Amino acid sequence: MAKLLGNIHSIETCGTVDGPGIRFVVFMQGCPMRCLYCHNPDSWSLDKNKTMTVDEILKKYDGVKEFCKGGITVSGGEPLLQIDFLTQLFEKADELGIHTALDTSGIMFKPNNTQKIDLLLEHTKLVLLDIKHIDNDEHIKLTGHSNINILKFAKYLDSKNIPVWIRHVVVPTITDNKVYLEQLGKFLSELKNIQALDILPYHNMAITKYEKLEIDYQLKNIPPLSKSEAIEARNVILSKVKFAEK
Amino acid sequence: METLEKNKVYPETSFKSGIWNKEINVRDFIQNNYEPYTGDSSFLSGPTTATVQLWNECLDLFEKERAKGGVLDMDTEIVSTITSHGAGYIDKSLEQVVGLQTDAPLKRSMQPFGGIRMAEGACSSYGYTIDSNISDIFRKYRKTHNQGVFDAYTPEMRKARHAAILTGLPDAYGRGRIIGDYRRIALYGIDRLIEDKLEQHASIDGDMTSDKIQLKEEIADQISALKDMIELGKIYGFDISKPARNAKEAIQWLYFGYLSAVKEQNGAAMSIGRTSTFLDIYIERDLKEGILTEAQAQELIDHFIMKLRLVKFARTPEYNELFSGDPTWVTESIGGMGVDGRTLVTKNSFRYLHTLENLGPAPEPNMTVLWSKRLPHNFKQYAAHISIKTSAIQYENDDIMRVIHGDDYAVACCVSSMVVGKEMQFFGARANLAKCLLYAINGGVDERLKEQVGPKYRPITSEYLDYNEVMEKYDDMMEWLAGLYVNTLNVIHYMHDKYCYEKAQMALHDRDVKRYFATGIAGLSVVADSLSAIKYAKVKTIRDENGIVVDYKVEGDFPKYGNNDDRVDEIAVNLVHTFMNKIRKHYTYRNSIPTMSILTITSNVVYGKKTGNTPDGRKQGIPLAPGANPMHGRDENGAVASLASVAKLPFRDAQDGISNTFSIIPNALGKDEVFMGDLNISLDQGCCAGNCEDFVFISKNSDN
Repeated sequence: MAKLLGNIHSIETCGTVDGPGIRFVVFMQGCPMRCLYCHNPDSWSLDKNKTMTVDEILKKYDGVKEFCKGGITVSGGEPLLQIDFLTQLFEKADELGIHTALDTSGIMFKPNNTQKIDLLLEHTKLVLLDIKHIDNDEHIKLTGHSNINILKFAKYLDSKNIPVWIRHVVVPTITDNKVYLEQLGKFLSELKNIQALDILPYHNMAITKYEKLEIDYQLKNIPPLSKSEAIEARNVILSKVKFAEK
Repeated sequence: METLEKNKVYPETSFKSGIWNKEINVRDFIQNNYEPYTGDSSFLSGPTTATVQLWNECLDLFEKERAKGGVLDMDTEIVSTITSHGAGYIDKSLEQVVGLQTDAPLKRSMQPFGGIRMAEGACSSYGYTIDSNISDIFRKYRKTHNQGVFDAYTPEMRKARHAAILTGLPDAYGRGRIIGDYRRIALYGIDRLIEDKLEQHASIDGDMTSDKIQLKEEIADQISALKDMIELGKIYGFDISKPARNAKEAIQWLYFGYLSAVKEQNGAAMSIGRTSTFLDIYIERDLKEGILTEAQAQELIDHFIMKLRLVKFARTPEYNELFSGDPTWVTESIGGMGVDGRTLVTKNSFRYLHTLENLGPAPEPNMTVLWSKRLPHNFKQYAAHISIKTSAIQYENDDIMRVIHGDDYAVACCVSSMVVGKEMQFFGARANLAKCLLYAINGGVDERLKEQVGPKYRPITSEYLDYNEVMEKYDDMMEWLAGLYVNTLNVIHYMHDKYCYEKAQMALHDRDVKRYFATGIAGLSVVADSLSAIKYAKVKTIRDENGIVVDYKVEGDFPKYGNNDDRVDEIAVNLVHTFMNKIRKHYTYRNSIPTMSILTITSNVVYGKKTGNTPDGRKQGIPLAPGANPMHGRDENGAVASLASVAKLPFRDAQDGISNTFSIIPNALGKDEVFMGDLNISLDQGCCAGNCEDFVFISKNSDN
């Protein structure tokens, strides 16, 4: 197989929030989504940032593996944009016994063409699936894309019994809404492979990044979600999940 | 009768006997009598009513102190000694542990032996004036450490000090960094310690070389300090000439020893040692005998810690600027593993950390957990819990230090390790290696003062810096700096011993102590990055009208220290090794063992102000990175890569400690339980508690 080059945004050697344990997180460059609250707008562009080979990444990991015992997470941007590269990376990592996690929005999933994703999932130990909005119309408003294939991806992962952590950003006035949260809970209750629900309270710390990049930040008037509101939101989702369990 | 006498152990106690009964040997007592604790924190007690009330009174005092501009009151008339003041209390009816530095809480004592000008300055900057008779005595009749040092400094030493290539030297203030084995007082009582010291005194005989004369005189001073400690006990109504009989007495006796030290010395770091497991033995015995409850045990510890929080010194604003506040560095070393494989964690290790909950967080005493991978899981969890809650715990690597010092060492200041009662150190502040590099380029001319400070070597005249040429010249300049530095410290410590000897602390040491000569370096990452820039990019010099290089232009990119990149990390490793070897070439005062630290925690800010533009692109005035940290913002691959660079530095060449100041927002350390809640998996997979042991590997300073 040809040595592919990955287009890399950056590497974080002390990732503690993207999967179990302390992890080596590779942020891939490029994303088709334009989520209004995105806190990494600098990872959107598909222009080449920094390229690395699979071996270079694994060598870097090797230098810190004593500390990054959790394994490797690939995040982004949207890592599935570079699925061939990713598959090579996970295949090799898997061979070396390194735990692999994929942090994705699921937007690239094509239900009729799963050949490549199947290959990747063979070497993926955990998927962190970010569901931006449970309602399709709202999802389009929030991200510019439909969520139909994303939800199908969740079900697809369930059918393949791949462990999944669901991540969901709760944004006041957008997703912090009882109806939507319950709807999400109900959707999750139908899945058996979900291991964790990770509620991310919305914050606006990315504003300065937007200013630097001269991109208009559209959520200026939305306040950050408080911790208690986040707990409440999580309880709403869980109430539906637990109800369904009975 | 005779056999009975022969088998008599001294002191007589119900403790398990051992070598400690025949010689002064606290470690042996601990090893024979302590009970490792592997359980959890559920046994702990909250604060008693008396604790809450007493601590509230302390908080009021702190508030008044703040309102008065940082100092509540100063003693301007009484020179502080072990017995100089009558009894002082916060609230006598509530205090389980008594004793203050002066006759009132937070009233700062006057300590002119280090230098009368510093003592006067400390007073005048807060609107107080030292009694003129006392000023006279210390100016006319009783020489101070500071006067002695300046009488013996060479012009070159004065210049190096002025230009700040040698910085923070303890030539006008107490050197500190000595830990008395305060536990000895509780275990043996002062009478037995005096007996031992008399024997030591008698043992110095024969050809009286100056070394022996000095030691004999010092031991005589130590004996008078021990006698004074008995007096100090009496002032508060206790007889500490005999061993402590219970936990309360053990804590009180031990504290009187520490109190003697801080009444006598205003040292840059006045650490307390490793007391928690020792005291646990007394507490356990009292608990078993039913004369103490857990709530009372915690109360004793809470009140003891409160006393340590009240320790204050009279210091000048310049001193406070250098150290960012007026830290006392009452470091207490907690936990660790024994050489026999048992953990040294006891219930009392938990009680000490628990004071941060009962009294709330505080930077002093500096609670330092001696971290080992093999510490009991429950203790790790509790320490992590308190860290998350209070950010007030420092961690140090027991697995590295135990190899060198065994299992009864403690940390002085923030990272200096020494065996309690058997080792001490001569604190040596820092040599500024970043400035030294600029001297190499400019032929010994100081880039700020524009004066010849270093030797007049041939400067670099080319427009672009050549790596090999710079390295050759830098090596020569470091050779010069190491020699000057060691000799400056020789003068300082000779005079400190002579005019400001720590007789109380040294009375709680063995006769033949191992002395470390603790040098230090500042600016490591600046130099590593500068040399990397010269090697891997192009660095153009910018000169002033006299041809002195005053700025640098870096063309191109270069590997930066802090990214786990061997190309530059190796430069840092070599620097540490090279400079340490140059230090090793010289005679060190009292044949002490040279060591080095890379550990500025706050003074790097002041050093940065005094260091000109550097070839890595750093501008004059920008702080040097603290300790062994990468320069701010240059570590681009996250904390682990940054720490991995630091971890390459050789401990054998920096045995006095390597610090890496590591701040992280709590959220970046993992999510709290609420957000990492799972539908059906266990929590410790995802949150910090299960993994933070991977984190602590050199020294994590909370930098409070």
